[in-house]
Amino acid sequence: MVTYIIRRLLYSIPVLFVSSFLIFTFVATTTDPLEAAKMQPNVNKAAIALVQKENHLDKPIIERYGYWVQDAFTHDFGKTILGSRPILPDMLNRLKVTLQLIIAAEVLTLLLAIAVGVYSAVRQYSIFDYSMTTLSFLGLAIPVFWLGLILQIIFVNIFNKWGVRIFYTSGLDNVDPGTGLHFLIQRIQHLVLPVFTLATISIAGYSRFMRASMLEVINADYIRTARAKGLIERRVVLKHAFRNALIPLMTLAAIDFGTLFGGTVITETVYGLPGMGRYFIDALSGGETYVIMAWLMVTSVMVVFFNLVADVVLGFLDPRIRLD
Amino acid sequence: MTEVSRPPEPGSPDAPLVDLDGTLYASGSQVRTMPGAPTDLAPELTDSALAHESGLELKARSQWAYARSRFFRHRLAMGSLVVLIAVLLCGAFAGHIASYSYDAIDLNNINAGPTTTAHHYFGTDQLGRDYFSRVLYGIRTSARVAFFVSILSTILGTLVGSFAGYFGGWLDNLLMRFTDLILTLPPLAVLLVAAARLGNGTINLGLFHLGQEYRVALILALLFWTGIARVVRGLFLSLREKEYVEAAKASGSGDVRIIFRHMLPNSMGPIIVNMTLVTAGAILTESALSFLGFGIKPPTAALGNLIAQGETQMQTQWWLVVFPGLTIVIIVMCINFIGDGLRDALDPTQRRIRA
Repeated sequence: MVTYIIRRLLYSIPVLFVSSFLIFTFVATTTDPLEAAKMQPNVNKAAIALVQKENHLDKPIIERYGYWVQDAFTHDFGKTILGSRPILPDMLNRLKVTLQLIIAAEVLTLLLAIAVGVYSAVRQYSIFDYSMTTLSFLGLAIPVFWLGLILQIIFVNIFNKWGVRIFYTSGLDNVDPGTGLHFLIQRIQHLVLPVFTLATISIAGYSRFMRASMLEVINADYIRTARAKGLIERRVVLKHAFRNALIPLMTLAAIDFGTLFGGTVITETVYGLPGMGRYFIDALSGGETYVIMAWLMVTSVMVVFFNLVADVVLGFLDPRIRLD
Repeated sequence: MTEVSRPPEPGSPDAPLVDLDGTLYASGSQVRTMPGAPTDLAPELTDSALAHESGLELKARSQWAYARSRFFRHRLAMGSLVVLIAVLLCGAFAGHIASYSYDAIDLNNINAGPTTTAHHYFGTDQLGRDYFSRVLYGIRTSARVAFFVSILSTILGTLVGSFAGYFGGWLDNLLMRFTDLILTLPPLAVLLVAAARLGNGTINLGLFHLGQEYRVALILALLFWTGIARVVRGLFLSLREKEYVEAAKASGSGDVRIIFRHMLPNSMGPIIVNMTLVTAGAILTESALSFLGFGIKPPTAALGNLIAQGETQMQTQWWLVVFPGLTIVIIVMCINFIGDGLRDALDPTQRRIRA
C-alpha cells in the first residue's frame, strides 16, 4: 500500500510538470497584466518597462517558466504583478471560504443522495422512484447560476414583502458579524443558499448513481442467500446490500471533491463569496498571469491528490482490490 | 455520473404489428403471420412469391431499423424530440416568428411584465426590448454553439479514441496521457482563460466569416472531446479482439479500413449517446460562460447573456431571468431524455421488438 502511494505520487510529479509548462505557455502568451496600463497615455513608458523587467515579462517564455517554478517553490508562488500582493497567503484565505462551502455541500449531497438512491432502489418503479427520477433529470438540466439567481429572487422578495430574513442572498458575513453564537448563525444564514445551489446538481447525479449501484447489489447472489437464510428485509438491505453499494459512490465522491476546489466559480460569483472562484475571476479580469497559474496549479494538485485518495479508499473498502 | 439505463418498456398488448418506420408486415389485410411462417396457402409457392401473393413483404431489418423502432416506441424520448424540434424551429425561424427584433426598443412598454399587450409574452426590460423575441434569437445562438460543439468534439474524440484503442502501445499512451492531462484541469477555469484571451472577434476564414458563437464553440469543443475519446478507446480495446476484426485483418484489410468500416460502425451506439451528453453540456457551459461575461457578448442574444443582462433588475423584473433560464432547462432536459431513449434503443442486447 505504502509503495503504491509513493509510486503514484512520484508518477504525478512529471505529469504536473508537463501540465504546468503547457498551461504556463498558454496563460503567459494570452494574458498581459499591463494591457490596461499600456493604453493609458499618461502612464510612463519607463515605468511599464520597469515593471516588465522586475517580473521578467520581457524574457522568452521558457525563461519565464524557469523563474515561475523557482518562485513557486521558494517564494510561495511569488507576488502579484500589480500591487505586489503575496499570492499564496491570499489564496489560502480564499481557500478557507471555499472549504466551508464545499464540505457543507458534499455532506448535504451525500446524505440526501444516499437516502434517495437507496430508497428508490428498494422501491424500484414506485411513485417515489419515478418522481425522484424526474426530479434528478430536472436537477441535471438546471444551470447552476440560474438556480442561484432564482433562489435570490425568492428570498429577497420574501424579505421585501414580509421583512423576514430567512437566508442572506449575498456575501459571507454581515457588516457587523457579531461574535459567538450570533456569528455562527449569521454565517449559516449566508451559506445555506450557496451550499444548496452547489449541492443540487450533485444530488441529482449521485442519487442516480447510488440507485444504480444499489440495484446491482440487490440482485446479487449473496443477497438472495441472505434472504433465503430468513433475515428480515431491513437487515438484508442495510447490513448486506447497502454497505457494498456504498463503495462506488464513495470513490466518486472522493474524486469529485478534488474537482470542487476549482469548481465553485459560478456559485461564488452569483453569491458574491470571497472564495477561490472569485479569486480566479478577479485575477482573470486583471490579467494577473501568476495568480491564474498558481490557482490552476493548486486546483490541479487537488484533483490529482483526491484521485489518489479515491483509489486508496477503494483499496481499503474493497478487499478484492489489491494495490501494489 | 453514470445514468441507469431504463428497463425495456413492457410492450402494450394493443401495439400494432407494424413497424413504425413504415415497413408493413401485413399490409392491407388482417394477415398476422410472420413472413415465412407456415400458412395454409399452396405449398408450392416460394417464400417470396407467397409474400407477394398475400401482400406480405419480406424485408431484412438492420440493427438500425431495430434501434429506430425501439426509439420510436420510447414515449418520453419521442415527446422530448417533438418538444426539442419545436423549440429549435422557433429559434431557427426567429426572424419570422418574433414580433420584434432582438434589439428593437419599445419605449411605450418598458419594464412590462409578461403580457399579451403588444405581444410581449415574456415581458420587456428597461429599454422596452421584447424578451420573447430575444429568447427566440437566444435559442438560435445557443443551438448553433451546441450543434457545432457536438459535431467537432465527436469527430475529434472519435479519431483520438479509435487510434489510441486500435493501435495501442506508445500512441495509446501518448494520447491517453494527454487526455488525462486535460481532464485534470478545472474545465470552467480553462474555458474562462481561453475565452477571455483568445480575442473577442469573429473567425475569418477568407470565404467564411463566422460569428463569435463559432469562436466560443471552438473553445468548448477543444475541451469536450476527452469524454468521447475515452469511451471510444474503451470500445476499441474490446472490439480489437473480436473475430470479425481478425477476419478482416486476415483478408488483407488495412488498418484505416478496419477502423472506419468495421469497428466504428459497431461503436456508433455509445458515440451517439455521448454526443447527446456533450450537446447538453455545451448548452449549459455556454450559458454559464456567457453569464460570466466571457462567452457570447451583447448585442448578440444568447440565453446566458440575456440572464446576465436581466440580473441587475431581477428583484422586481423576475421575468428577465426566469424565461431565458426556463428555456435552457427545457432544451437540456429534452436532450437528456432523448439521450436516455437512444441509450436504450441502441443497446443491441435489447431485442424486445414485436413482429
